[in-house]
Amino acid sequence: MPKFEYAPAPESRAIVTIEKSYGLFIDGAFTRPKATFPTLNPADETVLAEVSQAGPKDVDKAVAAARRAYEGVWGRMSGAERGKYLFRIARILQERAREFAVLETLDNGKPIKETRDVDVPVAAAHFFYHAGWADKLEYAGLSASGADVPRPHGVVGQVIPWNFPLLMLAWKIAPALATGNTVVLKPAETTPLSALLFAEVCQQADLPAGVVNIITGDGRTGQALVEHPDVDKIAFTGSTDVGKAIARTIAGTSKKATLELGGKAANIVFDDAPLDQAVEGIVNGIFFNQGQVCCAGSRLLVQENVHDQVVAKLKRRLGTLRVGDPMDKNSDLGAINSKAQLERITSLVEAGVAEGAERWSPECTLPAKGYWFPPTVLTGVSQTHRVATEEIFGPVLSVLTFRTPQEAVAKANNTAYGLSAGVWTEKGSRILWMADQLKAGVVWANTFNRFDPTSPFGGYKESGYGREGGRHGLEAYVTTAPSTLTGAAR
Amino acid sequence: MSRLDVRKTYKLYIGGKFPRSESGRSYEVVSASGEFLANAAMGSRKDVRDAVVAARGALAGWSGATAYNRGQVLYRVAEVLEGRRAQFVDEVAASEGLTVRAAGAVVDATIDRVVWYAGWTDKIAQVLGNLNPVAGPFFNVSAPEPTGVVGVLAPQGSSLLGLVSVVAPVIAAGNTAVVVTSAARPLPAVTFSEVLATSDVPGGVVNIVTAQTAEVATWLAAHRDVNAIDLTGVAGADGVDWAALEAEAAGNLKRVYRPALADGAPVEPDWNADPGLGRIRAFVETKTVWHPKGL
Amino acid sequence: MVTVSTTTRTAQDLTAQARDVLGVSRLTNHALTSWLHGLPGVDQVGCEARAASLGTRSVKTTSKAWAIDTAIGMIDLTTLEGSDTVGKVRSLCAKALVPDPLDPTTPRPAAICVYGDMVATAKAALGDSGIHVAAVATAFPSGRASMPVKLADTRDAVEAGADEIDMVIDRGAFLSGDYLTVFNQIAEVKQACDTAHLKVIMETGELVTYDNVRRASYLSMLAGGDFIKTSTGKVQPAATLPVTLIMLEAVRDWRDLTGTQVGVKPAGGIKTTKDAIKYLVMVSEIAGDDWLTPEWFRFGASSLLNDLILQRQKLATGAYSGADYVTID
Repeated sequence: MPKFEYAPAPESRAIVTIEKSYGLFIDGAFTRPKATFPTLNPADETVLAEVSQAGPKDVDKAVAAARRAYEGVWGRMSGAERGKYLFRIARILQERAREFAVLETLDNGKPIKETRDVDVPVAAAHFFYHAGWADKLEYAGLSASGADVPRPHGVVGQVIPWNFPLLMLAWKIAPALATGNTVVLKPAETTPLSALLFAEVCQQADLPAGVVNIITGDGRTGQALVEHPDVDKIAFTGSTDVGKAIARTIAGTSKKATLELGGKAANIVFDDAPLDQAVEGIVNGIFFNQGQVCCAGSRLLVQENVHDQVVAKLKRRLGTLRVGDPMDKNSDLGAINSKAQLERITSLVEAGVAEGAERWSPECTLPAKGYWFPPTVLTGVSQTHRVATEEIFGPVLSVLTFRTPQEAVAKANNTAYGLSAGVWTEKGSRILWMADQLKAGVVWANTFNRFDPTSPFGGYKESGYGREGGRHGLEAYVTTAPSTLTGAAR
Repeated sequence: MSRLDVRKTYKLYIGGKFPRSESGRSYEVVSASGEFLANAAMGSRKDVRDAVVAARGALAGWSGATAYNRGQVLYRVAEVLEGRRAQFVDEVAASEGLTVRAAGAVVDATIDRVVWYAGWTDKIAQVLGNLNPVAGPFFNVSAPEPTGVVGVLAPQGSSLLGLVSVVAPVIAAGNTAVVVTSAARPLPAVTFSEVLATSDVPGGVVNIVTAQTAEVATWLAAHRDVNAIDLTGVAGADGVDWAALEAEAAGNLKRVYRPALADGAPVEPDWNADPGLGRIRAFVETKTVWHPKGL
Repeated sequence: MVTVSTTTRTAQDLTAQARDVLGVSRLTNHALTSWLHGLPGVDQVGCEARAASLGTRSVKTTSKAWAIDTAIGMIDLTTLEGSDTVGKVRSLCAKALVPDPLDPTTPRPAAICVYGDMVATAKAALGDSGIHVAAVATAFPSGRASMPVKLADTRDAVEAGADEIDMVIDRGAFLSGDYLTVFNQIAEVKQACDTAHLKVIMETGELVTYDNVRRASYLSMLAGGDFIKTSTGKVQPAATLPVTLIMLEAVRDWRDLTGTQVGVKPAGGIKTTKDAIKYLVMVSEIAGDDWLTPEWFRFGASSLLNDLILQRQKLATGAYSGADYVTID
């Protein structure tokens, strides 16, 4: 019985109003709810609301609205004006920050501490950053020649995952709008609510109708959107399998796509790492967001001569990780997003144990209802184990060792994925050498899971292609092809 | 019977506060058509000296803030400016002899200019900085840094749009500023300093001294603790020899932003034109860092 | 009432034990340097991020009440001014005996902390209440005096009845790499303390880097310190959360290494209940609950006590309190 007990510190739900049911947000207004399905709170399996399944006709309507808005208004608007709308949206997100944080925690299952301190502020920051680019695109180094202002594609179809619903929405919508495109976005089927609340923000900002359209639904809706002939560009974040399917679908067409897919990142700890901070980095790397992160540091590659010391420190540290009610301000680890995901994690961990890994979790009491998995460390893992090659997407760390920097690099790169990597050492030269060698789109040195709107994010190899954020992230949303608009601005 | 209004006192803005000139002097400011508008403080060399001290004191905090934070502050300036639009329209119309409609366009352009620069703060490094592919196992990066304390001679004619167009780029890049206003049209600058004071701009980041340009410009140009000087305000300024100012500035090799010229004489630029990156480039230094890459 | 167990150690003992810990036959500056510089480094950004994250813990209702009472019991109520008089010290002791006249259930602080020449006054004023008297010594706060002077300073305080001695390390020696001198000074002062327990003030604000704080912590523990303490309170910055985090990691790891438990005292700049609770959270989550008693954790503070009492009053009455309802010391 700990001496210092933290009494329950629940954040109040009262700040957010959740409707009983939601229609689709098309052309600036909500349709009537139809063909609805429930979205649950994964922490206790209660129904939060009913949302609509957008069918092919709804997708048509949404794309048509986006096309009208592009040709009639948005595609002709000056960059300065577009920027001002985005600044308004950013401000409103800041003003309604607590409301969004609570809603996101209820719908996704992640702790309120994370939605409050990471998801919502970084989402707002993405809108601020991109608002500033809207009238400065000629400086972004994207033009085919000289000082031309790069042109948007037109209508962009965007499909986002359930792990960072609002943040992924911001990563998609902000650059698309800043560059002059209009959007049809489909949030994940288990986490539609923050996107639907975002529609309200668009209304509050007086964003012209049709510039942003939000259509809810499952994989079928996403497929219909991706295949729609009048969508010029696709942006997708999700599983590698679906990413490959999209790539096949658009093959031979003029549709462009950017894909941000899975990962199995190596978090590499050398013997001269700042050890206590490295342990924090390991914990943050795999337990932030319950490990449901594409760039999670799911493979700890620890130098063999400090393996025991690091694992001991890690296990001790995990003793203070608090698993429980996501609405409690002291919870560090929340619920797994869905039953399906929980089953995937459970079965992969069982496979890992069967393959010979040793499994350990700190003592924790998991709530009776809801989808819960304890933070888990698998030691004695080798490269050929499934738990070292397959993305688990849960709070499960696989621990491997290495002897030399070259071996660390070889093991880190020995994967079809290539999204991110972590390097822990006090030696600057080695950090830079490792960064050169690692086949990963994001390398974190002496830190992990840091995101900033100015910093491009995206993967190598089967982690996808294209970058989001930063100057590089604008590339995907512009084209050097001649404008399709008659009499367009610029 | 109409109500008697409470008239504003126009003071200096130094270190986040509104002092009178240490010289105790003031001078009459008249409208474009010659009517008395107000008495403005007549800043002295000592006021400029104090302003430089304030600007230097504020530099570490401002240049050390994140670019995101500077952008947020500048955007707030735009918000507050927008809220006071009517007041500025009156003041610009009176100062510059413009119609209400024309003054409205000037104020709108001013607000939009601040928004433009608010959006630059966290992009300057991406556009002006880069990695250098040196021929050796070295990581090598060049990045822009703020120059430091920048002296600004604000334009004589465009008392708001021109003023903001010379100040905003300086602080967007992380510098702090000592601004000598238009001599004949100082009032919008003072009201603008009220906007700065209520927009989370830390005291000392912008300091505004209303003065006779000819009297104080030399002191600013020669000041050894000023790192750069913008000579835009020499155009149309009585008794100011800009070549002499530039020569003074050479005393500590200040970075000098020369006035626009037409037929060899300084002119005020067209403030409605696209500002470009020139005023940001002028006030940053490029730092290049090397680090070996190896085991 | 505070119980602090300590035994008399001689400098010779401490040196012999240090040789053991280091695994060397002679305790030289070279040996100490290798040992200290071989400790893992501290990444500043990561350390500060962890401290900030711990600062977001929400401690409410029953846990807040417990934390407030615990914090009060951990205070070394301090006056260290050139202008201290018998009157001032007596008043401070009276405050320690009755922190809140409106509420006799209010706990008492662990100790009074004064200059050595005020120890007798404090002892007389505190009687047999069990509140300890801690005395600063060794040419506090600068430490710039000869060893005989610093030892005499220590002995005077001990003879006057001090239960605890708060010494300062020689920061000049530390920063110039003369770790052996720092070690020897601490060991000799520990010997002069006799049965009084020794807190070693590292003056972390002057050490500047977290790497130095880690090294100074290990050196102080090696040399026999019963407590490691952040600051004299006379230099800014004084105690900070990240610095204390490093020290808590050090005492945690030291116990693993040697079996000996050492206490931690952040001092200076801790003014509010909110701050104090952040420190307690850090103690709990970094070093562990074993350190959550006045025997192993203290706050060097003066105005903190009244803020804790104000918060205690708010919890009791439900209304925000004010300066009129707490007594001046």
